[in-house]
Amino acid sequence: MRVNFTVNGRPQEADDVWEGESLLYVLRERLGLPGSKNACEQGECGSCTVRLDGVPVCSCLVAAGQAEGRDVVTVEGLADFAKQRGEQGGCASGASGASGASGSCGTSLQDAQGWSAKGQDSQTGEGTELAPIQQAFIDAGAVQCGFCTPGLLVAADEMLERNPNPSDADIREALSGNLCRCTGYEKIMDAVRLAAARQGEAV
Amino acid sequence: MDFLRPASWEEALAAKAEHPTAVPIAGGTDVMVEINFDHRRPEYLLDLNRIGDLEEWEVGEESVRLGASVPYTKIMENLRGELPGLALASHTVASPQIRNRGGVGGNLGTASPAGDAHPALLAAGAEVEVESVRGSRLIPVDDFYTGVKRNALAPDELIRAVRIKKADGPQQYSKVGTRNAMVIAVCAFGLALHPETRTVRTGIGSAAPTPVRAKAAEEFLNAALEEGGFWDNGKIITPSVAKQFADLCSGACNPIDDVRGTASYRRHAVGVMARRTLTWTWESYRGTAGRTNKGSAA
Repeated sequence: MRVNFTVNGRPQEADDVWEGESLLYVLRERLGLPGSKNACEQGECGSCTVRLDGVPVCSCLVAAGQAEGRDVVTVEGLADFAKQRGEQGGCASGASGASGASGSCGTSLQDAQGWSAKGQDSQTGEGTELAPIQQAFIDAGAVQCGFCTPGLLVAADEMLERNPNPSDADIREALSGNLCRCTGYEKIMDAVRLAAARQGEAV
Repeated sequence: MDFLRPASWEEALAAKAEHPTAVPIAGGTDVMVEINFDHRRPEYLLDLNRIGDLEEWEVGEESVRLGASVPYTKIMENLRGELPGLALASHTVASPQIRNRGGVGGNLGTASPAGDAHPALLAAGAEVEVESVRGSRLIPVDDFYTGVKRNALAPDELIRAVRIKKADGPQQYSKVGTRNAMVIAVCAFGLALHPETRTVRTGIGSAAPTPVRAKAAEEFLNAALEEGGFWDNGKIITPSVAKQFADLCSGACNPIDDVRGTASYRRHAVGVMARRTLTWTWESYRGTAGRTNKGSAA
């Protein structure tokens, strides 16, 4: 079957989708967006976390057909998503309306496929533009093997959107569905605290 | 496999009537796991996400009509006052990502003895509203669980909503697991005080082939509370009464040994949870003005 949906602010179409396929498989294998990770395939680990109509979900537990007509944000689109949110309260969630392919909203499939996290060098200013939460993960040293990182970024970014001044307990709860097998949780906590503090300064 | 996408409840009922083997999918937190691991290859998947009615709830005079797909997150955020036991249970479900998708309809459809919502539904008192093209019926939740992962649904029926009695007194929920998040209950316990009828109801999870009430324990406690005038005088429940209640709750279990825990541990833990939830709810009842006869309260 064919699935039409919005990914990172741009309309996309996936063909030859098997009816029992997960949204995660469609993102990774049909659209070439491997940022969302495939680890447990049973909703235990959170490494496949994406936003579905704004809500963080495990994409391995969403049937592809259930994404029809809906709005998905993956880690590849997170930088743009955060930027839009910062600038105008977000065109990200309503992006399907402003779906002109040439629009500045959203991340094209090509850009998303080629996206890689090169943090901005504080000396030269070079690098990819990152979401604040991504930069904070780099600055706090919160990335070890990196497999859990995309899911954590999406989950943490959503929490900071809802709750700009989270307590440690809030952070722990928001990230309780994301497992880090390197057990790098302390640095991850540091990163989220850092992002929250920077977000507070910016206002 | 075929993917059926009804746009309305009527269409969903028609699809289920035409394809009784169709597997309903809403949050996907059970169904997709089975498909991902190749444990199940349903002929038809019946997607219920398009039916907005299933994600709505109505707070009535006596009860809350909770749509089958209302996610646990919404229950926690919006129904803590009306359904405190279920809200507590919802908060113990898996993780934020899962709570954003899963709902009580799925818990009932799967009918796992370890489903987190069941003890809270049993304790509060609830009816499952099921429907098919033949009509609609209400199944008392006590009669809904018929075996391990079996329920009272006919092949052409779908769960539309759950009607849960609004709390008329304190409710508690307790769950044993190895950590706070992402845990399948080793066992779980729900307890609700119903001052209006001067009764106590319970629900036990994951300690018998189906979720069950500890009926002998309820009857004992109801009689003991009545006899001692506890509902009126608001006294602390005698330790011997609490112990007897806990022992009877343990006795209501019919658990198995499995990877999560042994049968004897489950029996023991259910007794501990029964005593604690009774203490917590009773302390809360004593502390409120909601007692049935304020005049005689010391």
